[in-house]
Amino acid sequence: MELHDVWFVLIAVLWTGYFFLEGFDFGVGILTKLLARDRPERRVLINTIGPVWDGNEVWLLTAGGATFAAFPEWYATLFSGFYLPLLLILVCLIVRGVAFEYRAKRPEETWQRNWETAIFWTSLLPAFLWGVAFGNIVRGVKIDQHFEYVGGVGDLLNPYALLGGLVTLTLFTFHGAVFTALKTMGDIRVRARKLARWVGLAAAGVALAFLLWTQADSGDGKSLVALIVAVAALVAALVANQLGREGWAFTLSGVTIVAAVAMLFLSLFPNVMPSTLNGDWSLTVTNASSSPYTLKIMTWLAAIATPLVLLYQGWTYWVFRKRIGTQHIAPDAAAGTTH
Amino acid sequence: MDLALAPETLARWQFGITTVYHFLFVPLTISLAALTAGLQTAWVRTEKEKYLRATKFWGKLFLINIAMGVVTGIVQEFQFGMNWSDYSRFVGDIFGAPLAFEALIAFFFESTFIGLWIFGWDKLPKKIHLACIWMVSIGTILSAYFILAANSWMQHPVGYKIDKVRGRAELTDFWAVLTQNTAVTQAFHTLSAAFLTGGAFMVGISAYHLARKKHIREMKTSLRLGLITVVIAGMLTAISGDVLGKVMFKQQPMKMAAAEALWDGQKPAPFSIFAYGDVEKGHNTVAIEIPGLLSFLADDSFTSYVPGINDVNKAEQEKFGPGDYRPNIPVTFWGFRWMIGFGMASFAIGLAGLWLTRKKFMLPQHLRVGDDEVPHLVLFKNKALSPKLSPWYWRIATWTLAFPLIANSWGWIFTEMGRQPWVVYGVLQTRDAVSPGVSQAEVLTSMAVFTALYAILAVVEVKLLVKYVKAGPPELTEADLNPPTKIGGDTRDADKPMAFSY
Repeated sequence: MELHDVWFVLIAVLWTGYFFLEGFDFGVGILTKLLARDRPERRVLINTIGPVWDGNEVWLLTAGGATFAAFPEWYATLFSGFYLPLLLILVCLIVRGVAFEYRAKRPEETWQRNWETAIFWTSLLPAFLWGVAFGNIVRGVKIDQHFEYVGGVGDLLNPYALLGGLVTLTLFTFHGAVFTALKTMGDIRVRARKLARWVGLAAAGVALAFLLWTQADSGDGKSLVALIVAVAALVAALVANQLGREGWAFTLSGVTIVAAVAMLFLSLFPNVMPSTLNGDWSLTVTNASSSPYTLKIMTWLAAIATPLVLLYQGWTYWVFRKRIGTQHIAPDAAAGTTH
Repeated sequence: MDLALAPETLARWQFGITTVYHFLFVPLTISLAALTAGLQTAWVRTEKEKYLRATKFWGKLFLINIAMGVVTGIVQEFQFGMNWSDYSRFVGDIFGAPLAFEALIAFFFESTFIGLWIFGWDKLPKKIHLACIWMVSIGTILSAYFILAANSWMQHPVGYKIDKVRGRAELTDFWAVLTQNTAVTQAFHTLSAAFLTGGAFMVGISAYHLARKKHIREMKTSLRLGLITVVIAGMLTAISGDVLGKVMFKQQPMKMAAAEALWDGQKPAPFSIFAYGDVEKGHNTVAIEIPGLLSFLADDSFTSYVPGINDVNKAEQEKFGPGDYRPNIPVTFWGFRWMIGFGMASFAIGLAGLWLTRKKFMLPQHLRVGDDEVPHLVLFKNKALSPKLSPWYWRIATWTLAFPLIANSWGWIFTEMGRQPWVVYGVLQTRDAVSPGVSQAEVLTSMAVFTALYAILAVVEVKLLVKYVKAGPPELTEADLNPPTKIGGDTRDADKPMAFSY
């Protein structure tokens, strides 16, 4: 295995980490409209991810930075090619970050409601758009001999990619619902489990269709294994949720995400962004990668820093391990302002 | 295509707008993290409540500010690929690495520990909670270093070779990229300017409250901390700026010649306080000059030769082929002056403040005040500033909080505009760096979207800052004074509302 193959795996790991972690906080953001009945419940939801969402999002920044460093051509083609959808994602992430921090900083009803609406939409849109983006990466797009994307925005909205968007949207919402069941107490916990059942079934439907389509298009033996693991884990997560085994349900929905992302990257390899115009114009792990020297330095960095990150981020989850209920939310709507 | 709307021009405007905007928050974040951490350390060590109230006050302003810094930083990470894909292809092998280091080492650090700090008041024992804000502070400084090393490589590329076959620059010595004198000096200069910014922010807001005789205990402490920070950081900014100037005279003579509007080489070369030039003809029509000073700034000697814009332009034409290698002279010239002017003005106001509010033991009996009184502004040994003049000092001190922000912005505009037409000095020109596949309409769209969004957010954040500034330090609660002893919170608190919630 050469260094550029190692880095293909590491980029996959970073995206997996991002979708696993931000996946549930996107899901929780979506549930603020789907599940919460009043402001205290919405605040319970927001506070389950309060201390961690920012750290979760850094997985994306790291995936972006690492792609720049390890596969500059991939970074350049992807971000200049998917220009407008990426712009929309960036706008969502900007507004979402500000919304979490600023929502409780004024007591006015409209102020808080507006930021809550913002949290919902800016969680829902990226959850959908990342699926569309990855659908297009796996399927391939119109790339010319200079590695430039020559298609339009319309080309990105093809049925396969849109189905991919539905997969991430439903899967993240399910992931968020089982997370909520695990992290909350009282009525909202019970309702989260009920909602998880229906969202999970929907996710299972679209995910199965999407992964089978992927397998038929570009799959091999390894990707088939990942497909089976993903689907089995999702079914098992549904069963665990039904049995009230919340820890297991969350773990298994996480396994689903890991296996699904693994399957996409397995069916992509050795390409990183195939061209639909001419197979010779595809970006691959070799023609898109950095020099061996850069990859070596990056490998050292990843080998030392990644375990540390996992360690202290894991510690954060342990510090905030307690369930949250409405009783933990100070009744004053402006509670955030007094501290 | 109309040059004003050429993709290169638009992409440059977008980069300028988003980066200058982002950098309003960055220096405040860097310095307020450390200053808040310092105040919290004082609380943990002395248990004086004024320190905890000050920590909470500045911590809140810090959080309002870092939220904007974080979200506008996301754009920076992706903008290279979106608008500058040919740049990314050409330099990614080198430039990507410090960015990846920044994300994997600094961003994770900052974002994780900031969450622990915000929500950790009733979940972490006092000392561990304190350690979290220090971790955030370390994260911000590491982050600054990596991105400045990346920028320094654009100013002065080292540790690379050109691979002709793949048509790109490749890294040969990462250590050289991280430790070259451009990176070290630029980091020194930018970090000290960041502390000047945070210090002035503290001085300005403390002065606002002291002028109104409010929150005197906390604001007196904050004022002194701010003033000392301004004075030390101001001196370091000047020293590092001088060193950086000398480095630039060697590495980018064009930038410094343009900064001085020195058209033709002179020995000794004067420093112009004011100049109005004719760019077409290549000379100044009006100039007020201090003889020899530029030679000193460039080379530590009042008699050295300094090459002019026309000389460097000719030298670069011989080296790189026909073309105009001059940056926008008025922007470079005035940017340099506004950077120094506003930076040094805040330093001077800080130095005056430090003298006027000097410690009790240096004052005669009748000018000393108690802990709950606003200090007299003591000009000479026995003479306080008159009741007419005192409010003016507080007013000027309040406004000084904006000065370093202006200086920082012009500093970046100067150093980036002064490098043009190069994006990587001597290696890649800006016009060859833009994304060839991105249309004019797309860049216009994103520029309009970011500008509008940033404008709205600016209003929101300034209003919030003003609200929290005016509110002053919060009253302390039972929970604040009885921090938990166990990680995760004490069981006695199991059903209590969280000390902080969104």
